[in-house]
Amino acid sequence: MKVAVCVKEVPDTSAPKRLDPQTFRLDRSVAGTLNEFDTHAIEEGLQLKDKGGEGEVVAVLMGPERAADSLRKALAIGADRAVHVSDEGLAGSDLVATSKALAKALEREGADVVLFGQQAGDSDGAVLWAAVADRLQLPVVSQAASLEVGDGKVKVKRQTEYGYDVIEAPTPCVIAVSDAINEPRYPSLKGIMGAKKKPHETVALSDLGLGPDDAGEAGSRTEVHGLSEPPARGSSERIEDDGPAAAEKIVEYLSTHKLL
Amino acid sequence: MPTLVYVEHHEGEPVKGSLGVLGKAAQLGDDVAAVLLGSGVENMAETVGRHGASRVLVADDPALETPLPQPRVDVLAKLVESEGFDNVLFGASVLAADVAAGLAARLDAGLNWDLVDLELQDGKLVGKRPALGDSVIAEVGWKSEPRLALVRSGTFEPSESGGRAEVTKVPVEIQDFSKQAVMVEQAHEESQGPSIEDAGVIVAGGRGLGQAENFSLVEDLAKALGGAVAATRAVVDAGWYPYATQVGQTGKTVSPKLYIACGISGAIQHKVGMQGSGTVVAINKDPNAPIFEYSDLAVVGDVHEIVPKLTQLVKERKGS
Amino acid sequence: MSVRPADFPPPFDPAEFVAEPSDPPDERIDVGVLVVGGGPAGLSAAIRLNQLLEESPAVRDRLGEIPVAVVEKGRAPGAHLLSGAVVNPRAFRQLFPGMQSEDMPFRSRVEREGLYYLTPKRSIRLPAPPPMWNHGNFVASISEIGAWLGERAEEGGATLVPETAARKLLVSGGRVVGIRTGDRGRGRNGEELPNFEPGSDITARVTILAEGTQGHLTGVALDRFGLQSRPQVWALGVKEVWEVRKPLDRVIHTMGWPLRGAKKFREFGGSFIYPLGEEHVALGMVVGLDYADATLSVHDLLQELKLHPFVRAILDGGKRVAWGAKTIPEGGFLALPDRFHFPGGMIAGDGAGLVNVPALKGIHYAMHSGMLAAESAFEVLAPGRTAWEPGALESYDQALKESYVWRDLERVRNMRPAFQYGFTRGAMLAGMALNTLGKLPPRDLKLEPDAQVPVFVGDHSAPAPDGQLTFDKLSSVYLSGNKTRDDAPSHLRVDRKVRREVAETWVHMCPAQVYELGGEASPAGNVVDVEVTASNCVQCGAITAKGGRLTPPEGGDGPEYRLM
Repeated sequence: MKVAVCVKEVPDTSAPKRLDPQTFRLDRSVAGTLNEFDTHAIEEGLQLKDKGGEGEVVAVLMGPERAADSLRKALAIGADRAVHVSDEGLAGSDLVATSKALAKALEREGADVVLFGQQAGDSDGAVLWAAVADRLQLPVVSQAASLEVGDGKVKVKRQTEYGYDVIEAPTPCVIAVSDAINEPRYPSLKGIMGAKKKPHETVALSDLGLGPDDAGEAGSRTEVHGLSEPPARGSSERIEDDGPAAAEKIVEYLSTHKLL
Repeated sequence: MPTLVYVEHHEGEPVKGSLGVLGKAAQLGDDVAAVLLGSGVENMAETVGRHGASRVLVADDPALETPLPQPRVDVLAKLVESEGFDNVLFGASVLAADVAAGLAARLDAGLNWDLVDLELQDGKLVGKRPALGDSVIAEVGWKSEPRLALVRSGTFEPSESGGRAEVTKVPVEIQDFSKQAVMVEQAHEESQGPSIEDAGVIVAGGRGLGQAENFSLVEDLAKALGGAVAATRAVVDAGWYPYATQVGQTGKTVSPKLYIACGISGAIQHKVGMQGSGTVVAINKDPNAPIFEYSDLAVVGDVHEIVPKLTQLVKERKGS
Repeated sequence: MSVRPADFPPPFDPAEFVAEPSDPPDERIDVGVLVVGGGPAGLSAAIRLNQLLEESPAVRDRLGEIPVAVVEKGRAPGAHLLSGAVVNPRAFRQLFPGMQSEDMPFRSRVEREGLYYLTPKRSIRLPAPPPMWNHGNFVASISEIGAWLGERAEEGGATLVPETAARKLLVSGGRVVGIRTGDRGRGRNGEELPNFEPGSDITARVTILAEGTQGHLTGVALDRFGLQSRPQVWALGVKEVWEVRKPLDRVIHTMGWPLRGAKKFREFGGSFIYPLGEEHVALGMVVGLDYADATLSVHDLLQELKLHPFVRAILDGGKRVAWGAKTIPEGGFLALPDRFHFPGGMIAGDGAGLVNVPALKGIHYAMHSGMLAAESAFEVLAPGRTAWEPGALESYDQALKESYVWRDLERVRNMRPAFQYGFTRGAMLAGMALNTLGKLPPRDLKLEPDAQVPVFVGDHSAPAPDGQLTFDKLSSVYLSGNKTRDDAPSHLRVDRKVRREVAETWVHMCPAQVYELGGEASPAGNVVDVEVTASNCVQCGAITAKGGRLTPPEGGDGPEYRLM
């Protein structure tokens, strides 16, 4: 059982985040942390490998050089090998460019199951895996709250607005796991100390058979024009009244604003 | 600027979010087509037509019966290519996100998501999306056509513009790999109320409630409004309510249309979990509570008196 | 009747944190030299060891797969480091011979500086005493220095082990043989959660404790080996980094307001305001923890300081981008341990109290002591030697006593203690010490432990935070990047039923709002319950100075300082 887990480094959630004043994209020059949602995907990959008895869990990360720390953390938690897709030409990639590069990297791996975490703390719209799956021409199931693998197929409980679907698909396939699926393990001390020694490969655009037009700003189809302040919440109304009167005013307010 | 709007449906009805997007598209231009994909869905075409579509395209096939994304990508891709749509709009949902993203890869087309507004600038579509934890709005655009957009759930309200749309059936051809995922059991509407992540209305309780028993006030109001119950870290720590309902930096992040905070002081650790909410109503007896700085309606008063009365009035209004 | 925090000792026994190795031999992790703490002292020790081992492959080969390991409780080196800081580059030059200052992790050279005495509305420039002269020094962020040193240490071959708490000292046969790391994944009541991961034994031939202020195992070792006969005292520093419109052109220190000079208050300290490059300013308030007024809050004093016209002008139009808090050992020479080594190991850096308070310097001493510890460790790693033979690590103490660290600290030894007598008398005594290069006053002044100073409830009150220039504690904690698991067991040991005066002291003292008054626990209302929200804790260490005890929480928990 070979599992590829796609992981991402995101800016620390409480550090003041900056948008690059030129490109308006998230300033990733500050070191970040391994996206917490991806730890669920790593855990799921490790559990699949443990259940299967043998196999390999490969962590694949696309990001700048500094993001190597997050890959190292994935190794510390238990991944066997790391692949870092890193190239200056990838900076500023949108969904089209990112999915293209990731799909190529994953093709190289030929995993039985490709796992993603359900979203990222920065700007993820819960869309990456579907785009990657389409490029790989593999079945995709998202929001997996439970996952069983056996006999060349997977069985997934998918969490939707309406409750749970149960979906089956053959391997190889792409699964995005929700954070309800498991409790990620802590890296063991041996894991932390041994992470440096595990195979850690860096892959550039040319290794993926991609050119400058496929990646980065050139390979992207969306752009950010500028930033503005959100509509001020500041014009807030204030009520200072006793119980019944206040309650009436609240209902009036809700009604006027079509919230009732 | 021909625009295609993906209309999702559930149990025989078009989903409100999709209809809202359709209405917005109709505001932006005349050439708006809606597409319904499923099995036995043609009867929804009329409703869709009344909500802003000048054309309704119906892809009706048993292969599209279950709400799986990849067959939809196949049909939409062919449709967009053959009809030459400039824009393809989606109301966000678990299914729509997978469809829109798959389509973006298939067509190598730009996808902007989590949009809270759409407008035309010099004849080109431009979107607005919150960034950096909803603290700033980014204006986003597309470098080429077709332009794919995922609109944040509940952003636009549907409106019936009347009118009859021309209904056309479209061919359905599904690729082999898209048929590989199979739905064994399909979800049905849950009857225990929405989870806090999906809820359109959330009523949250904090330490100002005084004691665990008083959470019943919050529960009653939530029930009356058809919403979910949430809690702050302080009360979860104190054991008044389960961790699954905790909203905040170390809990869940929610963005309902309406967030009513009862007895919550509003420290930043809580704020970051709900600052994307549409409207925030806060009730607290401390006039200087930080939560009032980011509330739309600040109510200074006693939660124990106000909330039960509010629940009663809401029930009366709703006639239940 | 005077009330002192020391009257309510915490439920803490250092012996709880001493153990024999218990993992089966094949599960133990064995390293050559173990460094506890990834700060300037620890990382300099690792780097120096790398250098020495590089030149002696024979010695290195005897140390196994991991010749040098550095254990760090923060998420990465730098995450738990906080300082002003104006750095004397001397130790960098020693550790990296030939390196130019442009390549060192500093932000800017000190061009100008000023010492100011503040009154509520005015600022008066004073001549700065020589220990405070900073010509040739650099302004830097210690978190950046830590991250940079971490990279150099790894490049040189050391193994960094972040997110790992050193919980117990492993002692066997009367000597330190390593540490036991902390468990992860316990619930609030200590129960094992589904992803429970027990700690492990790390055994080593030499253990260097470089844990910084209030080092946990350092305290345990000082007790276990009877190394500290004189008390240490601490100050609490609360610091912010601001993005500013106008670059600041000088290094600034202030005294006076908002601290009160009268002897009964015992408020010693001041503020620092440093340019951190062109676009940022680092500022902080540092106050000795021997203060007497329970309502004093260093966090709030910093907020008040920003309202002074002198400071407001500097921050005008700017934005707060970082916040942190940490204690500083202030006793100096008179509070140093009697011995800096024990069988099997040594203590370096702030943990050993090597801080020059009048000069506000400690980083280069930490680095130098780390280097000296590495050199002594290297000596005993040679074939035929062990770290616990009698007198083995004596060379470390010797080297420290012959170094500039010792000379500097001895010269200024009475300056801080002088201020126990209030500002005016203190200034006189300090001036005397200064002018005679430490020969006067003739008798060493005695230090009184912070927790033994009686406290009274005064009437400090802070202006309400405005959210632009001044902020509340919870907003500050958020900005520190603090991530501490909500349902983890509390890592703070305090007596939960204490006199009201003591509880109030803790409530105001803690910059992270960890302590709150619970209900009344006595009919007279003068004993109250103390509530502890451990997940707010940024591990500054103030509680240990003033009556409680900080122990390390789960590895990885705590602040994420990047600009501190």
